[in-house]
Amino acid sequence: MDALLLQLLNGLDKGAAYALIALGLTLVFGTLGVVNFAHGALFMLGAFVAVSVNELLTFSKRVKDESVTFFDAYKEQPYLEIWLGDFGSAIIDWSVPIAILAAIPIMLLIGLAMERGLIRHFYKRSHAEQILVTFGLAIVIGEIVKATFGANPIPQSAPEIVSGAAPVGALFGLSEALVYPWWRLVYLFSSLAIIGGVFAFLQFTTYGMVVRAGMADRETVGLLGINIERRFTIVFGIAAIVAGVAGVMYTPILPPDYNLGMNFLVLSFVVVVVGGMGSLPGAVAAGFLLGVVQSFASMGAVKEIVPGIDQIIIYLIAVAILLTRPRGLLGRKGVME
Amino acid sequence: MASLTAFQPSTPKRDAIIMAVFAAVVLTAPIWLTPIGASYPDLLQRFAIFGIFAIGFNILFGLTGYLSFGHAAFLGVGSYAAVWMFKLLTMNVLVAIAFGVLVTALFSIVIGYVCLRRSGIYFSILTLAFAQMSYNMAYSVLTPITNGETALILETADPRIIDRALLGDAKEALPSPSLFGLELTGYAAFYFCAVVLILAFWVSLRIFRSPFGLKLLAIKSNQNRMIYTGYNTRPYLLVAFVISGMYAGLAGSLMAITDPLAGAERMQWTASGEVVLMTILGGAGTLIGPLLGAGIIKYFENIFSAVGKTQLSELFAFLPDGLNEALVGLMSLFVGEGWHLTLGVLFMLVVIFLPGGLMEGIKRLTDWAKSRRQGGETVGDGAAHQPSE
Repeated sequence: MDALLLQLLNGLDKGAAYALIALGLTLVFGTLGVVNFAHGALFMLGAFVAVSVNELLTFSKRVKDESVTFFDAYKEQPYLEIWLGDFGSAIIDWSVPIAILAAIPIMLLIGLAMERGLIRHFYKRSHAEQILVTFGLAIVIGEIVKATFGANPIPQSAPEIVSGAAPVGALFGLSEALVYPWWRLVYLFSSLAIIGGVFAFLQFTTYGMVVRAGMADRETVGLLGINIERRFTIVFGIAAIVAGVAGVMYTPILPPDYNLGMNFLVLSFVVVVVGGMGSLPGAVAAGFLLGVVQSFASMGAVKEIVPGIDQIIIYLIAVAILLTRPRGLLGRKGVME
Repeated sequence: MASLTAFQPSTPKRDAIIMAVFAAVVLTAPIWLTPIGASYPDLLQRFAIFGIFAIGFNILFGLTGYLSFGHAAFLGVGSYAAVWMFKLLTMNVLVAIAFGVLVTALFSIVIGYVCLRRSGIYFSILTLAFAQMSYNMAYSVLTPITNGETALILETADPRIIDRALLGDAKEALPSPSLFGLELTGYAAFYFCAVVLILAFWVSLRIFRSPFGLKLLAIKSNQNRMIYTGYNTRPYLLVAFVISGMYAGLAGSLMAITDPLAGAERMQWTASGEVVLMTILGGAGTLIGPLLGAGIIKYFENIFSAVGKTQLSELFAFLPDGLNEALVGLMSLFVGEGWHLTLGVLFMLVVIFLPGGLMEGIKRLTDWAKSRRQGGETVGDGAAHQPSE
C-alpha cells in the first residue's frame, strides 16, 4: 500500500510534466493549426532559464577562506552574499522560485519571437513542412544550449525550506516511514494550479471565449471583425510560458541537459495522440494517466513479471488506443482526421 | 510541388540510358571525386550507404507523402541483424545482407501496420515514438541482443558455425567480412556498396515507373479520391513502407559490413532527422535528388567535423586581429562538435526557402535560362508549372 501511494505520487509528478507540455502542444495546434516539434525545446529553455538565473545569482568573487588557518585557502563567495549578507544567501537559496518569475517574461518573449519570426510563415504550408521546420528549430536550439552550457546535466536545488521530505504517510494514516520530497508536492500542486489557470482563462474570460470561438470557426470570428491572428499569437506565448515554467520547476527533480526537450517532446506527443488531438481535457487526462501507468510499470514487482515493461508501456498503450479508438480518448470527430 | 512529382512518361530506352549513365558515374566516383578530396574508401562507402538509405526513404516520403520520423530504427535493426549473422554463421556478406533485410522487413511490417492506421501528423509522431522506443530498448531490456552501450562487436570466440565447418578453427585474429573469400575492405568494400547502390537505384527507378508507383503518387495527391474510386490504399501504403524499411535495413547491413559493429546511437532521432534532411535537401519525389542530398551532407559533415579552431584562424589569418578572433569564435560554433548546429540551420533554410530541394532549384534555374533565351515568350508557360494547390 505504501509503495503504491508512493508510485502514484511519482506518476502524478511525471504526468504533470507531460500534461503541461501536451497542453501547450494542443493549444498551439488547436489555434494556429501548427504542429510544433520545437515545443519540447521551450520546456528545455525554461529549465535553462533556471540554470542561468542560478549562475547569475551566484556570480562569485574569490575570497580568502578565514576558517582555514594553516595555509592560505581561497573560496568562491557570491557577490550577493558579500553585499547583502544573510539576505543574499536567502536569495540564492530561492533561485528556482525566482527563476519562475524570470521565466514568465522571458518565455513570453521567446514564444512571441518564435511565432512572429518563423511559425507565422508556415500557417498555409503543409503539415510535413511545419514538422520539418520546427524540427530543425529544435535541433538548432538544442545545439545552441549545448554550446553555451555544455553537454552535461546541471543539477539545481530547491529552496532549503522545501528540500526535506513530507510525511505523507502520517497524513493519510499510513506508516510513518512513508515520506515524499516537499518540492515534488509543491511542483505537483503548482502544475495543477497552472492547468486550472489556463482552463479558467479559456472558459471564464471574454478573451478566452473569443479564442475558443476562433478554434471552432476561425473564419466566422474573423468576419466579425476580430483580429483573431493576434489572439492566437498571444496563445502561442501562453503555451510557451506554460512549457517554460514547467521546465523551471522540473529542474530540482531532473538535472537539465540539452537533450531534455526532445525526450519529453516525444512522450508528450504520444500523450496528445492518446488524449485525442485538439482536445485540451484529453491532453491533460492522458498526461496524468500515462505518467501514473509508467510509474507503476517501473515498480520492482511488475518488472519481475515483464522485464523492461517500464520502457515501452506508454507506447504499448498508444498502440492499443490507436487500434481501438483511432481518435484518442477524448478526440472529437472532424479534428485532424 | 505538383510539377516535381507529376508523372513523367518515359521509355525503356530512356531508362536504360539513365541506368547506364548512373552506373558509369557511380563506378568512376573514385576518379572524379579526387579533385575535391573526397576520394578515399571510407567516405565513398558512406556516400553509397547513405545514398541507399535516402533512396529508400524517398520511396515512402517522396511517393506517398507520408513523413516517417523513425527510419533510423530500421537502419539500426539492419546493422544488428547483420552483425549477428557474422557472429553466428559466417563472415560472408551476402548472408548478412539477406538476414538484415529480412529482419528489417518483418520489423517494418509490424511497425507499418500500426503506424499506417493514421496519416499526416499522427503518422510522423507514431514513427518517431517507435524509433525512440527501439532506441530505449536497445539500451535497456534488449542488452543481451544489442550489448547496450558497448555496442555489438565481433569477438574471436564467436561460433561462426559455417565458417568453422568449412575452414576449420585455424584463425586467431578477427576475420573481416568477405564475399566468397574476397575480403571486403577499402576500395573492394566501396565497389561492393556501389554495385548494391546501382541495383537499389534500378529497383527504385522501376517502382517510380510502375503502376504501383503511380498509385502511390495518387495517394499523395489525393488519398480520398483514391479511396472513392475503389482502391483500398492501406495495402499499397504498407508495401511502400516495408520496401522503404528494407532499403534502410540494407543500408544498415552495409554499414555493418564496412565496419563490423552495431550501436544503438544509429537509431537516435537525430539519425532519423538526417535522412529526412538528405531527402528534402536533394528534392523529395525525384529520382536523383535524395542521392545528391546524401552525398552533399556526408561530404560537408566530413569537412566540417574535421575542422578545428586552429584551421579556422589560419583560414582567416588575412583579417585584422580583432575581426579574425570574432569570426573564428562565431564559426567555431558550427564546425567540429557543432556540426549538428550547421545541420539544423541548413534544415531550416532548405524548408523555408527551397521546399522542393536542390532539384527544384536546378529546375528553376534552367526554366529561367530558357525563358531568357527565348526572350520572355514562355512567361505564361512558366506560370503553368507553379504548384496548383
